[in-house]
Amino acid sequence: MTQSNIMPGFRPALAYTLFYLGLVVLIPLSTLVFKSLQLGWGEYVDIITNNRVVSSFRVSFGTSLIAALVAGLFGFVIAWVLVRYPFPGKRFLDALIDLPFALPTAVAGVILATIFQPSGMLGKWLMTSFGVQVAYKPLGIVVALIFIGIPFVVRTIEPVLQEFDTTMEEAASSLGATRLQVFTQVIFPNIFPALLTGVSLAFARGVGEYGSVIFIAGNLPYVSEIVPLLIITKLEQYQYAGATAIALTMLLVSFLLLLIVNLLQLWARRRSGQI
Amino acid sequence: MHANVHVIGDATGQANFKALHDPFWVRWGLVGVAVGFIVLFLCVPLGLVLYQAFSKGWQAYWTALAQPDAIAAMQLTLVVALITVPLNTVFGIAAAWAITRFEFWGKSLLTTLIDLPFSVSPVISGLIFVLMFGAQGWFGEWFSAHDIKVIFAVPGIVLATIFITFPFVARELIPLMQEMGNEEEEAALSLGASGWKTFFKVTLPNIKWALLYGVLLCNARAMGEFGAVSVVSGHIRGVTNTLPLHVEVSYNDYDVIGAFSSASILAGLAIVTLVLKSFLEWKQARV
Amino acid sequence: MSILLNNISKNFGKFAALYDVSLEIPEGELVALLGPSGCGKTTLLRIIAGLETPDFGRVLLSGEDKTEQHVSRRGIGFVFQHYALFRHMTVFDNIAFGLRVKPRKERPTEAFISKKVHSLLELVQLDWLADRFPDQLSGGQRQRIALARALAVEPSVLLLDEPFGALDASVRKDLRQWLRNLHQELHVTSIFVTHDQEEAMEVASQVVVLNQGRIEQQGAPADIYDHPANAFVSKFIGQTNVFDLSETESNWLQRAGILAEKPQGIFAHVRPHHIDIVKAEETSGSPVTLKDWQHLGATIRVELFNPQHNGSGATLFAEMPNERFKQLNLNKGDRVAVHIKQAHWFN
Repeated sequence: MTQSNIMPGFRPALAYTLFYLGLVVLIPLSTLVFKSLQLGWGEYVDIITNNRVVSSFRVSFGTSLIAALVAGLFGFVIAWVLVRYPFPGKRFLDALIDLPFALPTAVAGVILATIFQPSGMLGKWLMTSFGVQVAYKPLGIVVALIFIGIPFVVRTIEPVLQEFDTTMEEAASSLGATRLQVFTQVIFPNIFPALLTGVSLAFARGVGEYGSVIFIAGNLPYVSEIVPLLIITKLEQYQYAGATAIALTMLLVSFLLLLIVNLLQLWARRRSGQI
Repeated sequence: MHANVHVIGDATGQANFKALHDPFWVRWGLVGVAVGFIVLFLCVPLGLVLYQAFSKGWQAYWTALAQPDAIAAMQLTLVVALITVPLNTVFGIAAAWAITRFEFWGKSLLTTLIDLPFSVSPVISGLIFVLMFGAQGWFGEWFSAHDIKVIFAVPGIVLATIFITFPFVARELIPLMQEMGNEEEEAALSLGASGWKTFFKVTLPNIKWALLYGVLLCNARAMGEFGAVSVVSGHIRGVTNTLPLHVEVSYNDYDVIGAFSSASILAGLAIVTLVLKSFLEWKQARV
Repeated sequence: MSILLNNISKNFGKFAALYDVSLEIPEGELVALLGPSGCGKTTLLRIIAGLETPDFGRVLLSGEDKTEQHVSRRGIGFVFQHYALFRHMTVFDNIAFGLRVKPRKERPTEAFISKKVHSLLELVQLDWLADRFPDQLSGGQRQRIALARALAVEPSVLLLDEPFGALDASVRKDLRQWLRNLHQELHVTSIFVTHDQEEAMEVASQVVVLNQGRIEQQGAPADIYDHPANAFVSKFIGQTNVFDLSETESNWLQRAGILAEKPQGIFAHVRPHHIDIVKAEETSGSPVTLKDWQHLGATIRVELFNPQHNGSGATLFAEMPNERFKQLNLNKGDRVAVHIKQAHWFN
C-alpha cells in the first residue's frame, strides 16, 4: 500500500466499499458455490444432463446467439447511420435507442407478446402473409432478445465510429480504393473489435434475460423453455439443489464464454494494431 | 479571427468531404433500414402501451390504477427504490473515491467485482437470496425462529434489488473521476480545506451530473426490476407485488386494462428516464 | 504532370475559403503553398487531390479536366497531415494497400507487390520496420511510411499536407533536406502545404503565397524574397521594417537615404539586412539609439530605437555580419546613424 497521497478518507472509503461489496454481493453469490458443493458429483451430473435441462440450455444459448448476431447487424447499421448521415429526427431516434435499457423488462415482454401473438398487430400480418408464427415459439424468444440486445451493440459501436479517423478513409480513397474496398478493408477492421464487444454484451445479457422473454416464449419444455425459467420452476417445486446446480452451470458457462470473447477481442485488437 | 477561420477552413463537417460520400441509394437505404427498425421495435411498442391501456377509455384506465392492489404495488415500488437508491449511491461514491484517489493492491480486481452483478442473470440474483434466507437456507432457521420474514417479503425484494442495481452509480463515477485527476482536490487541501469540505466544495460539483446520471439509471432499474424480484417476492397480491410484478399478474389473469395501465406508468417512467438521460448527457458534455 | 487551376472558388457555408484562384504548376516542380492558417491552402490542396470539389472553376491535370473525377481514380499521392496510416495494418500492408485495391486485371502479383514495397521501404530507409504497426513508430518514421504508401501507386502528383507540422524541430530539419533530395531523385511534381515561410523557402523550387483565399504571389523563393508583390508578402516572408510615410518625419527618412528618389507609395518596407548603421558623428545619417542586439549565428540582429516618433517605425531591426558589428565597437545606448540601402514601396 503506497500512500504518498495527501488525499483524506482512504481507510473509511475502502473499508466501507469492501464491507458493502461483501455483504450485498460476495456473500450472497458464494451461497451458490457452497450449496452446489453439498451436491455429490454424480447428483450434479444427473441434474445437468437431464434432457429438459439440456434442452433449455440449447434454447437459451441458441436463441441468444442468433439474437445477438441479428442485433449486431442492425445495431451496426443504426450506429453507422446515426454517426454518419444527417437526417430529420435523428436526435430523437438516438435517444430512443436506450429504451430497452430504461423500459422494465416485464413491460417489454408484455408488449412484445401482444404485438406478435397470432392475433396481434404484427403477429397476424406475419401469420397471414408468410405463415410465420413468432410468439410462443423459439422465434419469439429471438425477437425479444433482439429488442434487449440492440442498445448494447449501438452504444458500443457509436463512440468508436465517432472517433474513427476519417483521413484513413481519404487516404485509402486517394490510393485508388473503391468505396466498398474502403469499407471492407479500412473501416470494418477498425470497428470489428467494438462490434464483437457489443455482440458479446448482447449475448451475455440475452442468456440471463427473463422478464422480456417469458411472456412471448410460450415456455414449452424442450422447445421454448429458457434456463432462467427452468430455475424458477425448480424453485417453485422446492428443488433447491436442482435450481442451484443449473444456476451455477449457467453462471460458469457464461463466464467461460465471456472469457473466450475477451481473448478473441484481444486477438482482434492485436491483429488490427490497436494494442 | 484567425482561430475562427482556421476551424472553418481546415476542419469542416464530414458532409463536405467528397471522398466520404456514399452513393445516394446507399445513404437513404441504410437510413431507411435503421429508421424502420427503430420505429418497428421501439416506437410501435411505446405506442401500443398507451393504445391498450386506453382501449376501454379513461374511466377504465383510472379504475384499473385505483385498484387497491395496483396502489399497493406502486407504493411498494417506491419504498424499494427509496431504500435501494440512497444505499447504492453512498456505496458508489465511496467506491469511486477509494478506487480513483488511491493506489492499493487488488484495485483492478475490486473494479471487476463491482461490475459482477451486471453479468449475473436476474433470476440467479434472486435465487442466491432464497438460498441464504429461504426456509432451507443458511440463515433461514434463525430468521424464522425470530419471526423475521426475508423471502416472500419486502426485505428480500429490497436485497435482490440492491444486488441488481449495485454497480450503476460506481461505474458512472469511476471513469469520470479517473479522468479528472485529483489536482483540484490537492489544491483545495493545500489551501487548508478539510476532507469533507474538499469533497463537498470541489469533488461533488465536478461529478454532480455523472452522479445524477448514475442515480437516474439506478432508480430506473430499481423500479423496473422483474426477474430477481419475481424469485424472492412470492407474488402475494397487495403485499409483495411491485409494479412490474403487478403487470405480470394482471396480464396472466387476462386483465388487459389492468396490465397495460400499470405498464403505462412504467413506460412513462422509462420515457422520463430517457429525457433526463439526454439532458444529463448534454449537461455533462458542456462541463 | 502539370497542374492547371482555373478560377477556383470554394465556400464553406458563408465562409469563402478560396476566391477565384488560378494557378499553373509546371511539371517536375516542388511547390510550397504558403500562408497563415485559414488562408485556404489546405482546401486548395484537397481540391487538387479530389478530396473536395470546388464550387466554381476547373482542375486540369496534364491538360485534362479532372474536376469531377473521384479521388480514387485521379492517380495522385496524398500525404495527410497526421499521416492517416491504417492503424490495423502493418507498415508493409499499409504501403501495399494501393496496389492491392487495384481492379483484378491491373493488380500486380503478390511477389511484385512485395518487391515494390521493400524497394519503397529502402527508399525511405525504413526496411526493418515492415512488420510493425503504425502505433509502434515514431513521428518521423510514420511520416516517411505515409510518403512511401503514397508513392507505391506511382502517382503523377505528390500532395503533402503540412508534411512536417507534427514533428519535432530537429526531425523536421532532417526531413526537409531528405524530401528535397527525394524530389530530385524522383522528379515527380510535388506540392506541399506549410505555414512556415522558412520551410517553404528552404525546400521548394516554387512558392505560392496565399492569404484569405487568394493567391498573393507565385515565384521562386529568391524572387519572392527580393521582389515581394505586395505588403502582405513582404511582411509574411522574412523580417521587414515598415515605415508609414504619414507617421514618419520625411526629414528623418531623407537623411536615412530612403527618400533619395520619389516615394512610390505610402509604406516603405525595409529588410533588416538593408539597414546599415554607423556611429552617429561619422555621417549625416538619421540618428537613433542602439537598444540591444542578439546573435543569430553568423549574423547579428541589432535592435534600434527611434525616439523621434511613436507608432510603427519606433523600433527598427537591422542585421549585419558579426565582423562588421565588431568593427563598429558599439555599446548599448550609443547614438548611431541609420543608412537604408533599399526599400520596397507599397500603398
